[in-house]
Amino acid sequence: MGFFNFLTRKQFSGGIAKNRLKFVLIQDRATCSDKLLERIKNGILEVLARYIDIDNEELDIQISRDKSENNQDLSILCANIPIKNIKKIE
Amino acid sequence: MGEVIVVTSGKGGVGKTTCSANIGTGLALSGKTVALVDADIGLRNLDVVMGLENRIVYDLVDVVEGNCRLKQALIRDKRYENLCLLAAAQTKDKDSVNPEQMQKLCLLLKQEFDYVIMDCPAGIEQGFRNAIAGADRAIVVTTPEVSPVRDADRIIGLLMSNGIDNIKLVLNRLRNDMAKRGDMLTIEDVREILAINILGVVPDDEIIVISTNKGEPAVANQHSNAGLAFNNIVKRILGEDLPLHNFDDTDNFISKIKKFFKIKIK
Repeated sequence: MGFFNFLTRKQFSGGIAKNRLKFVLIQDRATCSDKLLERIKNGILEVLARYIDIDNEELDIQISRDKSENNQDLSILCANIPIKNIKKIE
Repeated sequence: MGEVIVVTSGKGGVGKTTCSANIGTGLALSGKTVALVDADIGLRNLDVVMGLENRIVYDLVDVVEGNCRLKQALIRDKRYENLCLLAAAQTKDKDSVNPEQMQKLCLLLKQEFDYVIMDCPAGIEQGFRNAIAGADRAIVVTTPEVSPVRDADRIIGLLMSNGIDNIKLVLNRLRNDMAKRGDMLTIEDVREILAINILGVVPDDEIIVISTNKGEPAVANQHSNAGLAFNNIVKRILGEDLPLHNFDDTDNFISKIKKFFKIKIK
């Protein structure tokens, strides 16, 4: 580490690597989980179908990334499930 | 009943075979019975790293196809009692074995040995699926660079979806001087990115090249940094709770003097 690096405020390559990896892994993990998402979707549908009528066509499930209050990376499972009708259970 | 540990990485050339050889030898030196299995069919390597290349008669595919008994294919290492090698076939391809056959083989080996160390081929295809089929736990090897870390993440996901939950990381070829000045991913960076327990850190050490040239695993040489690192890894596998060693000695004044005298004594 040279003294003048401090003056020029060069970003060290280790930090660059870390940031790039964090970003690329978010994308990788999201694509890897396509099959998993499909299974989650079917599982949720199975349970919900016992109680409500769902619009299967319009169903949308996604995993997205967000920051929590203390600025930590969070994965969030978002499900948009349009309800057609609620079944009456005796 | 023993335990099957698969050593894998996704990316090639990060030191799977070196890790397998050193961990296997280290466990044998600690008094455990060990079978080293080269699952890289078609690209046999573990035998040369172990210095046993001249003693192979039968290989893994011969055992699976029933051309010989398992005992006949296991090469006993004369230097380390307790250590046996099952070599990969050199002339066949990865598809000559399937995961069910590997599971059966692992069960047989587990009855005979305390530890079965499975050296996995690079990639995530058939060879990988074969190597992990009978594994109880996994060691993922990576170096502190972007592409091996990315591949390690993918491998960890694949191992988990195959029901292997006990996964630990070996960070290989760390250059402490570079990490210290910020030009290499640090132990903490890798731990944070992959969110995984670290089994050990092996410094970049020329002793690895030298010992591989000779066919003698570095773990037998406790005076080297890499040898020491592999010894610590072996102790952690055996259940000891050791802190991660900081191989900082190149900057240390006392160790510089020590090094100086070591050279003089030679």
